[in-house]
Amino acid sequence: MNLSVKLPGLNLKNPIMPASGCFGFGKEYSEYYDLSLLGGVMMKAATQFERLGNPTPRVAETSAGMLNAIGLQNPGVQQIIDHEVPRLAKYDTSIIANIAGSSIEEYEFVAASFNQTTDVDALELNISCPNVKEGGIQFGTDPFMAKKVTEVVKKASNKPVYVKLSPNVHNIVEMAKAVEEAGADGLSMINTLTGMKIHLPSRKPLIANKTGGLSGPAIKPVAIRMIYEVRQQVSIPIIGMGGITSAEDVLEYLIAGADAVAVGTANFQNPFVCVDIINELPEVLEQYGFNSIEDVIEKRGITV
Amino acid sequence: MRKRETMSVLSVTQIATDTFEMIAENSRISEQAKPGQFVHIYIPGHTLRRPISIAAVDPSTASVSLVFKAIGDGTKQLSNYLPGMQIDVLGPNGNGFSIDISEDERVLLIGGGVGVPPMYHLAKRLSEETSIDIVSVLGFQTKNAVFYEEEFNRIGETYIVTDDGSYGTHGVVTDIVGQFTDRTQYFSCGPLPMLRAVKSKLSHIPGKVSLEERMGCGVGACMACVLPTVDNHYKKICSEGPVFVAEEVVL
Ligand SMILES: Cc1cc2nc3c(=O)[nH]c(=O)nc-3n(C[C@H](O)[C@H](O)[C@H](O)COP(=O)(O)OP(=O)(O)OC[C@H]3O[C@@H](n4cnc5c(N)ncnc54)[C@H](O)[C@@H]3O)c2cc1C
Ligand SMILES: Cc1cc2nc3c(=O)[nH]c(=O)nc-3n(C[C@H](O)[C@H](O)[C@H](O)COP(=O)(O)O)c2cc1C
Ligand code: FES
Repeated sequence: MNLSVKLPGLNLKNPIMPASGCFGFGKEYSEYYDLSLLGGVMMKAATQFERLGNPTPRVAETSAGMLNAIGLQNPGVQQIIDHEVPRLAKYDTSIIANIAGSSIEEYEFVAASFNQTTDVDALELNISCPNVKEGGIQFGTDPFMAKKVTEVVKKASNKPVYVKLSPNVHNIVEMAKAVEEAGADGLSMINTLTGMKIHLPSRKPLIANKTGGLSGPAIKPVAIRMIYEVRQQVSIPIIGMGGITSAEDVLEYLIAGADAVAVGTANFQNPFVCVDIINELPEVLEQYGFNSIEDVIEKRGITV
Repeated sequence: MRKRETMSVLSVTQIATDTFEMIAENSRISEQAKPGQFVHIYIPGHTLRRPISIAAVDPSTASVSLVFKAIGDGTKQLSNYLPGMQIDVLGPNGNGFSIDISEDERVLLIGGGVGVPPMYHLAKRLSEETSIDIVSVLGFQTKNAVFYEEEFNRIGETYIVTDDGSYGTHGVVTDIVGQFTDRTQYFSCGPLPMLRAVKSKLSHIPGKVSLEERMGCGVGACMACVLPTVDNHYKKICSEGPVFVAEEVVL
């Protein structure tokens, strides 16, 4: 069965990609399977300089999910371009660089840096990380700022730009429209929902940063609703994510309005989850009367 | 390539208060595991896997022992597993203690609470593969929490300390580790405050410490489990540890 999908800059052999921050730069999971099986890989966030991230504990388990406050730990964009991208480029898969920053200038710098390499196929503009003090979430919750940073990044980069939206907003459609107007080539949704968990005996939050981003199956209904709402009003493609663990979940995302998906937290539970989903997809599509991914996308009435 | 691993439970026995020893079969892990390495266990109903150190291996029966304290939902569930049940695990994960040390070393092993199981694996392997002189100091909260005393006694001189003085020496491990002045190297695993105290007390000899931190992936991809290093970087406990050279990390 044909599982391929064409999106701006991305010729995906299948619509499954590991989500940013949940797969590092692919090295560890390449010990479990051939990364060429994947539609694409969304790399861990890149910032201008090395970031050491937040104090530990950085994660906590919750019902049907987890909280994380990693704080964008990464070796800095140049290290990523010099050492991580070449290793990933050996695989026959698309590479999406996730870019983050504390200021418009930093986003611009990081976006422009990736012009050095033709191995990166697209950028995912992370304006939605809830775990950094400056920037991050402000860009993702204020449509004016989101528009501005998208425009700057579009201008600085020679690659298609997917803007990753935060669910921590009252009106997701307004955010999506703002970045579409600013020239975004696609959307990526959703990032984590801000949450907190308290340890009763000590009355302390379970993660050092106090609050963290909620991910996993717990957030899937929120993501589906948001993608559905945005799909009605916006015509650029959407890469959907949030709690995907099975081929059925993928189909639900596609029907709601996504064009491809990313799988995050589920990798922690099952390192083979992306490959398992890819293998199960044909049967699940067939079971629901579809004969390709494009067929699902067409039948839901959306043209990409 | 790493494979899907399944362990088949052979037995689960309570060996101290809230402490269980699980013996499970998996030939690859029993052949490959080094002391200090851990298995990352999937427990149905939970988003995250649970890391548990490998407490011993027996390649002749293709089995692995895990010793764990039932403290929360996941480990309680694990303590109720029955023989014949299959467990989905990743492992052996992480870098262990190197047993490649010269025969004239006189080592000190220091374990605290659930830090004792990986020390047992190390002690057993050192005694099987070398004739190194081994002294062990094991700390527990109270008498009923003590386990593996006999097993350590078979390997070398062993001292038990308890927080409440109900058994062995009254106090914490660092109250007595200074007595062993002829030691040339130490290995330790236990709670962070204990490791911190051990490191400062034994700063005159080289040491290796095994650390715990809450994990996401358990394989090195998510950056959840980091530990600051003296050169202002971070190391990942799950993949670059859990064992580190004591002088290189900030405890
Ligand atoms: C490398 C390593 C080796 C370990 N080896 C052992 C061992 O041999 N024996 C043993 O009894 N315990 C060991 N632990 C601690 C053990 O992983 C936790 O006690 C266990 O995960 C608690 O799970 P729970 O579901 O019972 O607790 P819950 O509190 O319900 O767990 C909630 C979450 O917190 C995490 N968590 C809770 N406590 C710890 C902790 N101390 N360290 C890391 N994560 C924690 C859990 O993994 C889970 O993600 C080890 C930890 C690490 C990191
Ligand atoms: C540990 C962890 C780290 C993450 N790091 C990033 C990141 O660096 N950049 C980013 O855009 N999103 C990051 N995310 C968000 C995920 O990419 C994804 O949007 C979110 O987790 C929802 O998907 P899931 O429920 O499948 O995990 C991270 C998520 C987790 C759990
Ligand atoms: S737990 Fe993910 S890097 Fe260690």
